[in-house]
Amino acid sequence: MREVGDSSAHYLCVKSSGRCAQLNAIEFTVVVALGSFLGGLLGALTGLGGGVIVVPLLTLAFGVDIRYAIGASLVSVIATSSGAAAAYLREGYSNMRVGMFLEMATTVGAISGAMLAEHLPTSTIAIVFGVVLLYSAWNSSRERDELPTAQPPDKIATFLRMDSDYPTREGRIAYHVRRVPLGFALMYVAGVISGLLGIGSGSIKVLAMDQAMKLPFKVSTTTSNFMIGVTAAASAGIYLHRGYIDPTLAMPVMLGVLGGALLGARILPGAKVKTLRLVFGVVIAAVAVEMMYQGIRGHM
Amino acid sequence: MPAGPQKHGGASVETDHRIEVFLGQLLRAGVVLAALVVIVGGVMYLRHAATGPVPDYKVFHSQPVEMRSAPLAIEASAEFDPLAIIQVGLLLLIATPVARVVFSIVGFSMERDWMYVGFTIVVLTLLIFSIAGDPQKLFNR
Repeated sequence: MREVGDSSAHYLCVKSSGRCAQLNAIEFTVVVALGSFLGGLLGALTGLGGGVIVVPLLTLAFGVDIRYAIGASLVSVIATSSGAAAAYLREGYSNMRVGMFLEMATTVGAISGAMLAEHLPTSTIAIVFGVVLLYSAWNSSRERDELPTAQPPDKIATFLRMDSDYPTREGRIAYHVRRVPLGFALMYVAGVISGLLGIGSGSIKVLAMDQAMKLPFKVSTTTSNFMIGVTAAASAGIYLHRGYIDPTLAMPVMLGVLGGALLGARILPGAKVKTLRLVFGVVIAAVAVEMMYQGIRGHM
Repeated sequence: MPAGPQKHGGASVETDHRIEVFLGQLLRAGVVLAALVVIVGGVMYLRHAATGPVPDYKVFHSQPVEMRSAPLAIEASAEFDPLAIIQVGLLLLIATPVARVVFSIVGFSMERDWMYVGFTIVVLTLLIFSIAGDPQKLFNR
């Protein structure tokens, strides 16, 4: 069983090939920033988000207490979601009304999740994190049916004026929104997970809109990105009050993930996403198992 | 009834889109500003603490009170405390999506879409509730 750090209060050990290297403040900051940059980059390229990489990185590799890790990750989620917003809002795919309506569910969920985090033991949070990680990895490697099937109108969606259209090469294609209550409930769950684990929960949000509400896939992903920042901000406020956000840790994480994500968004069109997702899926699954294991052993 | 974007109160898809683009730019500006403040605080912190020990992140002790409350953090940053400056940067970051929600209210008002003005106010209220005070304290009287 691996020890992830010595118990000295002043120096942090990073285990690599079984040797312990002691880092001072600036070295640690740089290493964390680089790790976060990689996390942001891979998160943007695979669509999993930086949060799912940052929290395991900090906790497993650096032995950081999971609460500090989640606080720092949450900050980076707000940064990447808000920073990238302009790019995808410009394209005109996202559905503002669907997003705004569902944000009521995600913000209540995020607050619930943050309050739940106060009462759950950290080892439980680690196990939940591992489970969600596995789900994200599995989900991202699935084949996506890109062609939307035409949906009939839905009473609630029509009343809420949610139906819209999206741009394609042949002009704008209209779509109907379905099963709003189910989508709302799933969004609440996505919010709870975001508030509890410090991640964006983009995959769950997309699931809710794509599968439950039958929105075209590109509309789901862009609208989900639009909502992630608000969801994360709702729980971040609570984390800040509880002292879970350490400025010296949040600083390199935020800047690193932001930089990586912006680069990832830039190189995404040319990248071999499918191979990346497959490789990444395997790595993430291994990390997920490790987190669950450490959680069960009570070392988180 | 034909499928398609529904018109509401004279607004159109183009107005929607212009508002969206503006919100995107607002969010980007907020992140840039927050990141700059964080960088400033970070550089100041590293100049002082560079070769010193890493804070002990392995054991969780809650942050000192200046780091947990917005007014106190702003006060402390006026004294050029690097950590407080970083914290103010993080506060700006958290405030960015909140600003976006506020402008969404404005946008929906311009379109006279009062139903969505209502929904957006609900979201804003929830955000303020979470950021202004720890709900725990409100519930545990």
